[in-house]
Amino acid sequence: MNGIIGRKLGMTSIYDDKGNQVACTIIDTTSNVVTQVKSEDTDGYTALQVGYGDKSMKRVSKAMEGHFAKSGSAPKRKIAEFRDCTLDKKAGDTISVDEVFAEGDVVNAIGITKGKGFQGVVKRWNFRGVGDATHGQHNRLRAPGSVGAASTPSKVIKGMKMAGRTGGKRIKTKNLKVVRIFAEKNLLLVKGAVPGHKGSFVIIEK
Amino acid sequence: MDVIKFIQEQTAKGHDHPDFRPGDNVAVSYQIVEGEKVRVQLFKGDVIQIKGQGATKTFTVRKMSSGVGVERIFPMSCPNVVDIKVLKRGKVRRAKLYYLRELTGKKAKIKERKFIKK
Repeated sequence: MNGIIGRKLGMTSIYDDKGNQVACTIIDTTSNVVTQVKSEDTDGYTALQVGYGDKSMKRVSKAMEGHFAKSGSAPKRKIAEFRDCTLDKKAGDTISVDEVFAEGDVVNAIGITKGKGFQGVVKRWNFRGVGDATHGQHNRLRAPGSVGAASTPSKVIKGMKMAGRTGGKRIKTKNLKVVRIFAEKNLLLVKGAVPGHKGSFVIIEK
Repeated sequence: MDVIKFIQEQTAKGHDHPDFRPGDNVAVSYQIVEGEKVRVQLFKGDVIQIKGQGATKTFTVRKMSSGVGVERIFPMSCPNVVDIKVLKRGKVRRAKLYYLRELTGKKAKIKERKFIKK
């Protein structure tokens, strides 16, 4: 799987050749460097380890410093591995977007979604709430309803959808179209939304 | 933000349009592709709002069509908005003319701005 690491910069809309407005996410992919090449002999599988985003020397542990020194790259903030990558790269090589993707490609985007805190069941699981707003009913509008039966099984089944921490999870959004690539600025435009807030890391894979 | 601006400049290549303001009476030529055929539709009415900036700037045109109010929102930099002609300059005192939605007939008429400062 080929891929690249980037940062979500925000969203805008552009026009396609028919004049339709297409909402798309801008992803910055500068300074992608191969930090390690994993092979069948040494690691048991083939993969390309890629680093993105510069990290100040102060924040790098001794162990990681050694790892980066081995590939000859500057310390990186985010590291990801792409298994069975078909790019012909050595450790220390830079990867630019146009080597990995072309316009019209269908890609997946992996990111950490925006944290929403402790949320009720309506927002978290799209429940509909219980009952009416009127006819004498009250405080049941966003309630979860029954969570289990009575004496059998006389417990709440594991995995029952309930209120709780929402968002802040690693999510893969599949089948996003690459709308445009600005190779000289290392920018990638994909159609639609990508998980995460502005400035968060995203992994784009094909 | 700079990157968004850069991308908008690169991609949003609309046609050059004359300046107009809310209250102006305009004729918008809008290109429609129907299968093979390309035709240009004309939408004539008063501009009741201009919204947004850069590539996402839009304006709303309102007209009365056989007694029913019709509003259409056009993106300023859309390549399908082929031409905008300013037919009349209107004299209005606010930027969003939503109040026109409640008015009909003579009350919904916008006074013309006859002396235009260059």
